[in-house]
Amino acid sequence: MTSSTIALRLRSPTALRRHPLVERYAPILTMVLAVVAIWYLAAVAMNWSLVRDGFEREETPYTITDVLSGTMDAERPLLPAPHQIAYAFFDSVFGYPPFAPRSLVYHALVTLSATLLGFLLGALFGIVLALLIVHSAVLERSLLPWIICSQMVPVLALAPIFIVVLGALGLHGLLPKSIISAYLCFFPIAIGMVKGFTSPDPLQLELMRTWSATPRQVLWKLRWPASVPYLFASLKVAVTISLIGAIVAELPTGAEAGIGARLLSGSYYGQTIQLWSALVAAAVLSSGLIGLIGLVERAVARRMGAH
Amino acid sequence: MPKPSLPTPTAPAATDRAEPAASSAPPLNSPLPQISSDAAQKTSARRLVVDAQNISLTFETADGRVEALSNVSLQVAEGEFVSFIGPSGCGKTTMLRVIADLQQPSSGTLLVNGMSAEEARLARSYGYVFQAPALFPWRTIEKNLKLPLEIMGYSEIEQQQRVERYLSMVNLTGFERKFPWQLSGGMQQRVSIARALSFDPALLLMDEPFGALDEIVRDHLNAQLLQLWKSTGKTVLFVTHSIPEAVFLSTKIVVMSPRPGRIIDIIECDFPVDRSPDVRETPEFLKVAQRVRNGLRAGHSYDE
Repeated sequence: MTSSTIALRLRSPTALRRHPLVERYAPILTMVLAVVAIWYLAAVAMNWSLVRDGFEREETPYTITDVLSGTMDAERPLLPAPHQIAYAFFDSVFGYPPFAPRSLVYHALVTLSATLLGFLLGALFGIVLALLIVHSAVLERSLLPWIICSQMVPVLALAPIFIVVLGALGLHGLLPKSIISAYLCFFPIAIGMVKGFTSPDPLQLELMRTWSATPRQVLWKLRWPASVPYLFASLKVAVTISLIGAIVAELPTGAEAGIGARLLSGSYYGQTIQLWSALVAAAVLSSGLIGLIGLVERAVARRMGAH
Repeated sequence: MPKPSLPTPTAPAATDRAEPAASSAPPLNSPLPQISSDAAQKTSARRLVVDAQNISLTFETADGRVEALSNVSLQVAEGEFVSFIGPSGCGKTTMLRVIADLQQPSSGTLLVNGMSAEEARLARSYGYVFQAPALFPWRTIEKNLKLPLEIMGYSEIEQQQRVERYLSMVNLTGFERKFPWQLSGGMQQRVSIARALSFDPALLLMDEPFGALDEIVRDHLNAQLLQLWKSTGKTVLFVTHSIPEAVFLSTKIVVMSPRPGRIIDIIECDFPVDRSPDVRETPEFLKVAQRVRNGLRAGHSYDE
């Protein structure tokens, strides 16, 4: 980037509006500012009676300004103000050594490891299922209803069952969490890849037939490359879901570590600020994962001649 | 998989069927094709690449039975350039697909290169060019040409040599590393022709390969195709809508008519092999074109 783009050397308001940096970031910035403003208003409204009741219980005289400032830094607010969440987030990320039990980095890493393993297992399972479905009409009829049924059971109800059963089999810690995460995230991948594997043009399939290509050659040279856009689209959906799966799996286990554990203890003790900063950590984690997949997608697309 | 049509012992030999008494100008509208006597002699002298007898193909649709092909018999000798012409629904594309074993006939016998259509396909006897280029968008031009070669197990060196040879044959040297979207429609279609030629099949099946291109590009490609046919000596089966295209390119024109799809005339067309585009102005050319037009009109007369 050149210095002139940063310096925003401008002559007229139109030029400002057309500046590439402004064009790109102004809409996002506007939205963020609007959300923050609404949030502050909501924090004032929601914490108002809480703070006022506190003053009245202690029988101290108070002014409206006192209550107003009280809503901004309550210890256990109904809705923490954005700056409180930001402070708690940065404090728990940078304020402790990364593997201290109070460090959010540590908890995020615990959840991340279960997420990644679950994502890997789910992606493999989803792709294998899609392959089976595409290559056999019988399997399509017999598997598809089960796949859809599997997603109709709420995972919050299933997770404890999984944990108990897998625990009885001697599996503890990372693996049960990953399996729950995989159970959730295989679904979009299976559905997306069935679509992807059947996406080649009929002419391309007929060409393969005129060359008497084997089914394996049709898969590797046509169906697989044709399904790549579908793969990345479903991977992006799946990685978010697999993070949710890992967090949900941490709730019923009473896990000591992980974003789920932070959420649980935060809600037990009314630590709303801790709760929100754990949520922010989850959001950062999932946008990071999606961003990473987006980068890989772009690199692959460039090699495959995208324009 | 449907059973391939195998020749039956009772099927008459190719030469028996073309009657010597047949007139050199077969009557229009005759349900069975008739091949002129000199054509029959030419045909019997050379090896038959396609020998189709009484091919019929019907399929059920929501509106009832459709006779896509009805009793079609056709013989194509090695090195011929045969055009199929006729209005939509006359079965010309279906006939090509049957020869390519992309569709199976309901009845009749069919030999391609002396084998059943399925055996011929499995032996990779033909190259097929569709109306759309159907290139693989994620492969460069070079890689697109290599695709059939990879599938057929050619060595790396052989693949590279063939890419060079066939790209230069369609005048596209220098485009190896481009992706299909970087080429015009006409260039893409030339790539698809080079791809069909790349494994050197003796038979080339072309289904309206230039149908989606404009007139100027089409004329240009026709001249190139003629050149290519002359230099390679391949047998070409060519489906088209265009009378001038058919007359300009062919040694034999098969005029077809719809409902049911059938052959109504087979016209021999013996312009010199190295014909120039100027041949289109000659009286002989116009005479053949007129006969094709008459055939098409006759085929149409009773549904309007």
